[in-house]
Amino acid sequence: MAIEIVKPGLATTVQDAGRPGYYNVGIPLSGALDQYSFRCANLLVGNDENAAALECTLLAPELVFDAPAIVAVTGAEAAPKLNGTVQPRNESFAVQAGDRLAFDFMRLGARAYLAIAGGIDVPVILGSRSTYGLGAFGGFHGRKLAIGDKLPIGAPSAPARAGRKLPGELAMPLPKETELRVVPGLYFHRITDESATTFFADTWAVAPEADRIGYRYKQGRPLQWRERRQPFGAGSDPSNIVDAGYPYGSIQVPGGVEPIILHRDAVSGGGYAMIGTIISADMDKIAQMQPNYKARFVRVDLEQALAARRDYKARLDRIRAALR
Amino acid sequence: MAAATARYSFGADEHVFVELSEDMSLESFFKGMAITDALTKRNVPGVTEICPANASYLVRFDPDVIHPDRMLEILQQIERELGTDELEVATRIIEVPVYYNDPWTRETLMRFRERHQDPNATDLEYSAKVNGYSSVDEFIDAHAGSPWFVSMVGFVAGLPFLFQMAERSKQIETPKYLRPRTDTPKLTIGHGGCFGAIYSVRGAGGYQMYGITPAPIFDPAQKLPYFRDFMCFFKPGDIVKYRKIDRTEYDRMLAEVDAGTFDLRIRPVSFSLEQFLADPAGYNKNLEGILYGH
Repeated sequence: MAIEIVKPGLATTVQDAGRPGYYNVGIPLSGALDQYSFRCANLLVGNDENAAALECTLLAPELVFDAPAIVAVTGAEAAPKLNGTVQPRNESFAVQAGDRLAFDFMRLGARAYLAIAGGIDVPVILGSRSTYGLGAFGGFHGRKLAIGDKLPIGAPSAPARAGRKLPGELAMPLPKETELRVVPGLYFHRITDESATTFFADTWAVAPEADRIGYRYKQGRPLQWRERRQPFGAGSDPSNIVDAGYPYGSIQVPGGVEPIILHRDAVSGGGYAMIGTIISADMDKIAQMQPNYKARFVRVDLEQALAARRDYKARLDRIRAALR
Repeated sequence: MAAATARYSFGADEHVFVELSEDMSLESFFKGMAITDALTKRNVPGVTEICPANASYLVRFDPDVIHPDRMLEILQQIERELGTDELEVATRIIEVPVYYNDPWTRETLMRFRERHQDPNATDLEYSAKVNGYSSVDEFIDAHAGSPWFVSMVGFVAGLPFLFQMAERSKQIETPKYLRPRTDTPKLTIGHGGCFGAIYSVRGAGGYQMYGITPAPIFDPAQKLPYFRDFMCFFKPGDIVKYRKIDRTEYDRMLAEVDAGTFDLRIRPVSFSLEQFLADPAGYNKNLEGILYGH
C-alpha cells in the first residue's frame, strides 16, 4: 500500500530512531526530533517503536490512503481530520482506501508524528530510514515531502487495531514556557561570571531560525567573553575556537548574541565556543517549541542529568507496558 | 613534543569533549588521532560516536551502557598510555584539481560583498593582500604549492578541514566573512582562520572562496570509483595536493564526472610528523615525488 501526499505541509519528513555512527564524517544522527512522541505513535499502531513515521512541522500535510490501515497521531496538538471528521490524538484509528487525512493548524507544539501500521518503507541507508536534508539522502529521496509523492507502507508485523489509547498523563506535555536543563561545560569558562549568571537568569524566546539543525534563541542579555589573546587558528572573534566537534544539544553563542542549540540534524563541528549541553532527557521538549515559545535554562550537574534520563526512560517503559 | 595535557569536559550525559590544546597544531591533531584510534580498537560497549577534530575530539556514548565516569577514565587512561610511535601514520596523498578564480565562486562572492571585510576586492585579492602577496597569481601558487593535511571531516557530510603543511610563518591565514553567506557553490575551495575547506554540498558558509574543484567528494549514490568504500571520500589524516587547472580542463573533467569515468590520483604514503617538522619543504618535495612517481 501507499499514501499519496496531496498537500506537503511546511516541512514533512520521514524519520525513525536515527542514524548513529557517522558523526565523525559529518553525517548527523537525524531521526525524529521528539523521540518520545515518535515512539508513542509507533507503539499505538503496534509497530516496532523504531519504525519510520512522518514528522510534520508547524503546518501538517494532507494525504490520501490507497488501502485500509491503522494510524496514530501524537506530539503537537493539531487535530487530525479524516474526510473532514475530527479523530482523536494519541489514539489509533482506522482509515479506509481513498480516505483523506488532513490536520487543523498546530495549536500547541511544533511537531506532530503520524505512524502507520507497517511503517514507511523507504530504503534503509547507513542503518536508518531517516531523512538527512543537508546531505540529500535518506527518507523519501533525501528531502521534504512534496505534492504527488507516493510513500510505500510496509506490511504490519503485528496485528494492529483501532482504539488503543495513550494514558493521558503519559502524552508529551506541550507548554508555551518551559525549562531546559543544561550541564555547563565545554567552553563555559570562556564567558564572564556575570554572563554565566545572566544566561541562566534570563528568559529566552525561540527565534524564527529554528529547525532540525538547530534552535536559535533571542531576547536574553548578550554574553561577554573573558579577555584573552585568541589561540592560533581560532579566528578573531572572542566566541571563536579552533574548529571542534559539536555535541548534540550543545549551546553555541556566535558573537555572544543568540544561543543556538544543535539538534539531531546538527552540523557536526565548527569554530564557535559552546558553553554547555542540554541534557538528553530535555531534547524532545525543544522539538515541540514554536517560534516565540519561551525557555529558561536551568543549571544542573551530571548526576541530575542522569537522574532525569532515568525518569525519561521510566516513562517510556510505562507506555510500553500500557500498550503491550 | 610539548605534551599538552588534555582538558576533559562532559557534554551533558551523552558526550565527553576533550580539548588537546587551544591552539591548532599538527602535534595536537596527531595526539587526537592516536587516542581516537586506540579507543576505536578497544571496541568499548556503549560508545556510539568517535569524532577526531583539529586539536580536540568528541566521544558520544550511551550512559545506560557505560557510566560517564567510567568513559572518562578510559579516555584518560588511553592518553596516559600513549606512546610516541603514533606520530607516524599510514595514509594517502590525493591530487585535487582546482579551477581557481572561477566564474561561479566569483558570482557568489559578488552577491555577498556587503558581508565581507573588503567589499571592493575579491576574496582572492583580499587574501593575497592580508597574507603579503603582491598578486593573486602569487597567492594561488602558494595555496597550490604546499600539501594540506585533512585535520577534521565534518560540519556537513564529508567536508574536509585542511591544515596547510608549511611553517607557521608561511601558513595562509584569513578572517572569515563578517557575516556568513547563505550560499556557497558545491565543491568550493574555501579558507577561514588557518583552515582550508572543500564545501561538499551547496549551502551556507563563512570562508573566503578561491576556486572550485570538478571532483565530487560526497556522493550518496557512490557513482565514481573512489566512492567504492563509502559515500564520503575524505578521512582525517589524508594529504591533499591541489593542482591548478583551467576552464578547458575543468569542463573535460566535469564531463568525465557525468559519464562516471572520472577518477582521482591517489597514492599510499607513510607520514612521519617528526621528519616533516624537521624539514617541511624537503618533506613536501618527497611527498610530491610519491604522488607523481618521480
